[in-house]
Amino acid sequence: MNMTQCKWRTAIAGLAGAALVAGVSAAPAQAQELKIGVIAVLSGPQAVLGGQLKDGFNLGVKHAGGKLGGLTTTVIVQDDELKPDVAVGRVKQLVERDQVDFVVGPIFSNILMAIVRPVTEAKVFLISPNAGTSTLAGKGCSPYVFVTSYQNDQPPEVLGKYAHDKGYKKAFLLAPNYQAGKDMIGGFKKHFKGEVADEVYTPLGQLDFSAELARIAAAKPDAFFVFMPGGMGVNLVKQYRQAGLEKIPFLSVFTVDESTLPAQKDAAVGFFSGMTWAPNTDTPENKKFVADFEKEYGYVPGSYAMQAYDAAQLIGSAVKAVGGKLSDKDALRAALRKADFKSVRGAFKFNANGFPIQDFYLVKVAKRADGKFQTEIVEKVFRDYGDSYAADCALK
Amino acid sequence: MSTSLVIVQLFNGLQLGILLFLVAGGLTLVFGVMDFVNLAHGVQYMLGAYLSVTLYQLTGSALLGLVLALPASMLLGLALEWAVFRHLYQRHHLEQVLATFGVILFLNEGVKIVWGAAPLDMPTPDLLSGSVPLMDGLRYPVYRFAIIGAGLLVAAGLYLFVRYTRIGMLVRAGATNAAMVSALGVDIRRLFTIVFGFGAMLAGFAGAMVAPILSVEPGMGDQILILAFVVIVIGGIGSVRGAFVAALLVGVIDTLGRSFMTDILRIFLTPSTARTIGPALASMTMYLLMAVVLAVRPAGLFPARGRG
Repeated sequence: MNMTQCKWRTAIAGLAGAALVAGVSAAPAQAQELKIGVIAVLSGPQAVLGGQLKDGFNLGVKHAGGKLGGLTTTVIVQDDELKPDVAVGRVKQLVERDQVDFVVGPIFSNILMAIVRPVTEAKVFLISPNAGTSTLAGKGCSPYVFVTSYQNDQPPEVLGKYAHDKGYKKAFLLAPNYQAGKDMIGGFKKHFKGEVADEVYTPLGQLDFSAELARIAAAKPDAFFVFMPGGMGVNLVKQYRQAGLEKIPFLSVFTVDESTLPAQKDAAVGFFSGMTWAPNTDTPENKKFVADFEKEYGYVPGSYAMQAYDAAQLIGSAVKAVGGKLSDKDALRAALRKADFKSVRGAFKFNANGFPIQDFYLVKVAKRADGKFQTEIVEKVFRDYGDSYAADCALK
Repeated sequence: MSTSLVIVQLFNGLQLGILLFLVAGGLTLVFGVMDFVNLAHGVQYMLGAYLSVTLYQLTGSALLGLVLALPASMLLGLALEWAVFRHLYQRHHLEQVLATFGVILFLNEGVKIVWGAAPLDMPTPDLLSGSVPLMDGLRYPVYRFAIIGAGLLVAAGLYLFVRYTRIGMLVRAGATNAAMVSALGVDIRRLFTIVFGFGAMLAGFAGAMVAPILSVEPGMGDQILILAFVVIVIGGIGSVRGAFVAALLVGVIDTLGRSFMTDILRIFLTPSTARTIGPALASMTMYLLMAVVLAVRPAGLFPARGRG
């Protein structure tokens, strides 16, 4: 009797073991998987931008039924903390430990410059859904980098062109005192040939703009151009309005957008910005994107979310084109280069350097019927506009 | 560079100074009386701003939000004192810095979890929403006059409180020699709790006052904390009078530097060089002021009695 019991046990254990082995060996044989690492700033004051990126990308995956290009998609999200050293560590984890097929991110240009080598040297594609530095657009371009936003100089160029076409004689320029601030002012001046009344740089993180506002009032310019991202922009817009300066046209980049409008509200209505898109862009794809985004996440998407959504679509289109064969990097690159997807912003194609050629618009802040705020398209300023660095890029 | 612009900028400087004093007043009181380095003063300022927004959303009145934020900030401050700070009074300054820095990280992240990372909006109370013309093309919001008024009231109130009330007397005594006051039968712990609660309320008040003109966002207290420390170091740690004078000095010098440094440099330098050096120098002026003051008077402009 003891004997039988013992045999039974062995048999059951054997069966279980066999099942386990079968289970283990069956797993890799299942359909291939697509792994994507998302890296963005998700803590600190700029976290709201990273949040938009993450949500936009996730919505793109969701719209594809969780399968970009037909492959079951796993998204691994990492926080870069807006620190280049942290970003490099996290991105190495994604590439080496998690063996991701694509890295999507980040928001900020300095982080992009930090992570571009660790990603591309591992022959992993880097899709940058926001930052687009000039170094990567020109001589330093890489076959493994695609940018779904714009080259950084382009948004301020929109305002400069608009101010010039509008015939403004005298402009007052304001930006924080760091590299991006100087780049934005440079971008504005590229097409604006009128007089620059003054060019003022404030310390990063300045709270009160009374002194600058008094200088603007004293200079009596025809237009005011400003780059003041995040909380600084919220302060400036509120104070500009309170100081009664709104009669001077407010032209800006990254100062009034969907990430800051919930705090600026009525103070920003009628202020201008330059972008490739606005939540009211009139394409069927965009209507679906905005409606679903607001339903899913409860806020109005900004360009950060839109560009990440397009990044997901781009990856889906390329994976589909190569039939899920992720190991064939050349074919994958050729498929990405085609940009064979319907961008929510309308016409979209890639230049040889992996940066987009697309239309740019003047957009204006408006209050919607439901009481929320968004930017809206005013007019097209550039058509099929590529960046000026592409000529220096050796890629074809 | 017209005369009217210079006058307007002087006024802006005073206004910035008073804004700084609102934050620095509470900080210097806690630091001076309790000999306690409270880096978390900045997050208490942030909490004041957030509480006023939430209370405004609950009550529908910006004025009520502002007023109710005061007791709410005090309660939160007392809770923090009870949970964390109380255990640090006897410790070394460095340990206090470490612990209160931890509180900053904790509360900045906590605020993000509760209210979200996006900046919030706080409207100006209707009563104070108008504006008056200050110079051609520039209006000055009535609300900013209210901030100036509030700052002056706080300054006067603090002065009278420390100078003429019984608690104020104990506060001064405690600042000079806490052990002696304790030996004379005064419950120094309770005194510290009162002072701390009061300091927290002042920080919260400052946050609630600036919410309509500044962006209410996580980490908003970090920037102002540095300025507040510059102010109390220049003024003499623990001295309310010193904090007031130093805040006005810093406000005026910083504003004038930002306004005219580039123009002044243009007299000697080419415009493009002036434009590069000007802003850098302008953002240094207040630290240069601090260095000069410390070189001449190492204990600050108005050292509190009983300290070196």
